[in-house]
Amino acid sequence: MSGSEWTDPRPMSPHLQVWKWHWTMASSIFHRVSGVGNYLGALLVSAWLIALASGAEAYGAVEAVMLHPVGQILLFFWLVSVLFHLANGLRHLIWDGPKAGFDPKVASMWSIVNFAFGIVAAAIIWSLATNLF
Amino acid sequence: MVQLTLPKGSAPKKGKQWPKPDGAKNTKAFKIYRYSPEEGGNPRWDTYHVDMDRCGPMVLDVLIWIKNNVDPTLAFRRSCREGVCGSCSMNIGGHNTIACTKGWDEIAGSSITIAPLPHLPVVKDLVPDLTNFYAQHAYVQPFLKTDTPEPEKEWKQSEEQRNELNGLYECILCACCTTSCPSYWWNGDKYLGPAALLQAYRWLIDSRDEATGERLDDLEDPFKLYRCHTIMNCAQVCPKGLNPAKAIAKVKHMMVERVA
Repeated sequence: MSGSEWTDPRPMSPHLQVWKWHWTMASSIFHRVSGVGNYLGALLVSAWLIALASGAEAYGAVEAVMLHPVGQILLFFWLVSVLFHLANGLRHLIWDGPKAGFDPKVASMWSIVNFAFGIVAAAIIWSLATNLF
Repeated sequence: MVQLTLPKGSAPKKGKQWPKPDGAKNTKAFKIYRYSPEEGGNPRWDTYHVDMDRCGPMVLDVLIWIKNNVDPTLAFRRSCREGVCGSCSMNIGGHNTIACTKGWDEIAGSSITIAPLPHLPVVKDLVPDLTNFYAQHAYVQPFLKTDTPEPEKEWKQSEEQRNELNGLYECILCACCTTSCPSYWWNGDKYLGPAALLQAYRWLIDSRDEATGERLDDLEDPFKLYRCHTIMNCAQVCPKGLNPAKAIAKVKHMMVERVA
């Protein structure tokens, strides 16, 4: 059916081209995307910590990247990514453990809540962090 | 393998605009996937205009109306017209469902798109090749397997044991769930898909069946069972309201339990 090449002489019927997305489909793919994002963000934060341990000069260089608008946007997205992945990861535990939340309507609503949590919680943490420090 | 786009020869081209029916006051446009093996070439999107005042309430009525009144060459499967046989499964308005129980008034928009079930070889128009789907159903051995001698009268089951089969036995094998699953799109040759796994669970949980261990052995594989990532498209589209995603979670649970 799949494989790297479609060898069947007949056409393959359209899939993503016609599909109307469900929230659960969006949260599933975004769980994977945010998983990758978390690794990349962790690299960025590790660089920050290593620079902090290496001395003022190195720290200054990394801080300049972090405080640059691009760095700030990346940091914010990383925060959203971590928080969404956390919320959706907890949902995976509930799916696999008590096996609750499988009803399609409940599952869709829960996906929306996870997205909203990622964005709202990130905004709150961001505003607390930038106002307090 | 994940391939987000269609292969070159599979991308539908712009097709024919069929004329509006004479004297119709209330028409609706239907964009329908067409492919003919005799003509070859790429598939195409044809647009038909249906007189909704002279057509029944379901999408299947629309297809039959088009075949009777506009274009007799349009090919689609249908039989029972009451949601029992599972023949008329297709992608309607972006979701898989069976045309006979889907009302055309349930789909928003001025034009309704109708395509074959996704990511399958197309035999003709709305008729896809389900050979692999049936082979996967056969793989889970969907029948009672026992070692003990057959009882004189019948295999008995308590009411509670019988209730375990509710939400599983109703499956009509229309393939809406399996062909809605992106995981199946990318790994359909190795992943069994929601329908076959729901059937697998139907026999795993049957109190009369004595091949539970064997059945679990047959599913213990990185692909056959574990390609389910709870994307949930299966449960979202099942025209019978069943939940393959939950059945798969229960199979995974049985896998863990027998090791513990």
